[in-house]
Amino acid sequence: MKILVAVKRVIDYNVQIRVKEDGSGVITDNVKMSTNPPDDNAMEEAVKIKELGKASEVVAVSVGDEKAQETVRKALAVGADRGILVKADGIIEPLAVSKILQKIVEKEKPDLVFMGKQAIDDDCNQTGQMLAALLNWPQATFASKIEVKDKSLEVTREIDEGLETLEVNVPAIVTCDLRLNEPRYASLPNIMKAKKKPIEQINASDLGVDTKPRIEQIKVEEPPKRKAGIKVASVEELVQKLKNEAKVI
Amino acid sequence: MSILLIAEHNNKEVKPFTLNAINAASQINEDVHVLVLGSNSDEVAKSISQIPSTKKVIHVNNPIYENYLAENYTSVIHKLSGNYSHIVCSANTFGKNLMPRVAALLDVSQVSDITKVISEDTFLRPIYAGNAFATVKSNDKIKCVTIRPTSFDPAPTSGGTAEIQNSEAGEATEISKFIKKEEIKSDRPELGTARVVVSGGRGMQSGENFKLITAVADKLNAAIGASRAAVDAGYITNDHQVGQTGKVVVPDLYIAVGISGAIQHLAGMKESKVIVAINKDGEAPIFSIADYGLEADLFDALPKFLDELNKLNTIQK
Repeated sequence: MKILVAVKRVIDYNVQIRVKEDGSGVITDNVKMSTNPPDDNAMEEAVKIKELGKASEVVAVSVGDEKAQETVRKALAVGADRGILVKADGIIEPLAVSKILQKIVEKEKPDLVFMGKQAIDDDCNQTGQMLAALLNWPQATFASKIEVKDKSLEVTREIDEGLETLEVNVPAIVTCDLRLNEPRYASLPNIMKAKKKPIEQINASDLGVDTKPRIEQIKVEEPPKRKAGIKVASVEELVQKLKNEAKVI
Repeated sequence: MSILLIAEHNNKEVKPFTLNAINAASQINEDVHVLVLGSNSDEVAKSISQIPSTKKVIHVNNPIYENYLAENYTSVIHKLSGNYSHIVCSANTFGKNLMPRVAALLDVSQVSDITKVISEDTFLRPIYAGNAFATVKSNDKIKCVTIRPTSFDPAPTSGGTAEIQNSEAGEATEISKFIKKEEIKSDRPELGTARVVVSGGRGMQSGENFKLITAVADKLNAAIGASRAAVDAGYITNDHQVGQTGKVVVPDLYIAVGISGAIQHLAGMKESKVIVAINKDGEAPIFSIADYGLEADLFDALPKFLDELNKLNTIQK
């Protein structure tokens, strides 16, 4: 079995986001970038399945600018066998990403495609489901447990009411939740080894996919600020404030 | 043109967030048609027909819709989509799973998780865990939109008399199969709609210690929330997680106990009307957004808090 894992380069989850003064977006210059956190879980799961002898190859793919190569390189350092970088500049909407991934799937013919359930930058939560639709493959989203069977997967999904289990036929798309596993750190020897692993570079335009955004971003602004609160000295004072000032209890 | 709203239900009752989505949809265009895909789901169709904002119910009653599979839902929605300008549903795990599959088949770039309708094609939505808000305009012919339920009031549920039109089922999927659902039942208010939420974080130190949270929640008739750290540590189940990748809550009162206030957690609760933080680390970021901060050891503070609540003559429910 061959597993394709899609990874996205995003602003690191610990960075305080700043909006540009002209309202055109958020500041990304000189900001720490990392792999989208649930994409790390997707990569970890693929590598674990390979280590169990149930997958023969793990391929990491990223869609983004030149620097997204770092994200692919990190995936190679934690166990992907080779990488693909599809180069595209500017805002690439999930629909365009899924069309690009569709082309990669047609070329690579993986049995499974894993990715994070949501990117923490645009918070869209769309790409996996869209790719599943374009390929007419089953989708198992928000996965917290994956069991590989003969020609199917049994996937436990985190849903609002609790947990749900689906059985999906292979080939399938799985979008991964943060609780699926504990992503490993790349060891120094593996980081060195990853430098020798191949990364194929493809231009999105060569795949015949139109990546021009369909959605017009009119402006980006700061969220409304909460007015500063107070510190209370005791539990008694807290309860009095909630009762008599905030009037919520 | 009209709006097609996809209802979430359990074949007996409509789920509360569908009511918020119906309200949001009617702000886009008043002609809202609600699609009920179910099995023995007449009661659901009937109750939705009584929602005054519903102008028509399309009911597809077939055993293949007994359990919700995005693959099965998508084929019917795709078939009906030609008559509509917008396809709308709630941005919870139901709608997040479903809508992109529909949008991709229609070659539409979806607008996710909107918090405000500005016009029929322009919407406000949070990005970067709510640390920025984007105003976006969809130029697609059919607009696929998911609604952040807590940003819209639920639509009133009685007084309407919409027509119920029965419609044909789509193809049943053979590539995906429902196995089981482990639903966590509770007598408490639902986390997404509760007036008061009491949440615990890593500071709780164990699942056992959540009983301190439970006692306070019982007293306040509150839902119980948790930070991702607490869920990851196994103190409490995933359905309690509040945050960027969990649930978004907007209660009148949110009490964060032993939660430091990571960006991801704040994304799920910072719109709450009144926020209380109890934490022994005075520098914890949660204090920067709390209306009332108490710097104290939660293991002292929570029992005292309960004592003080017990001294009150009345407590709002």
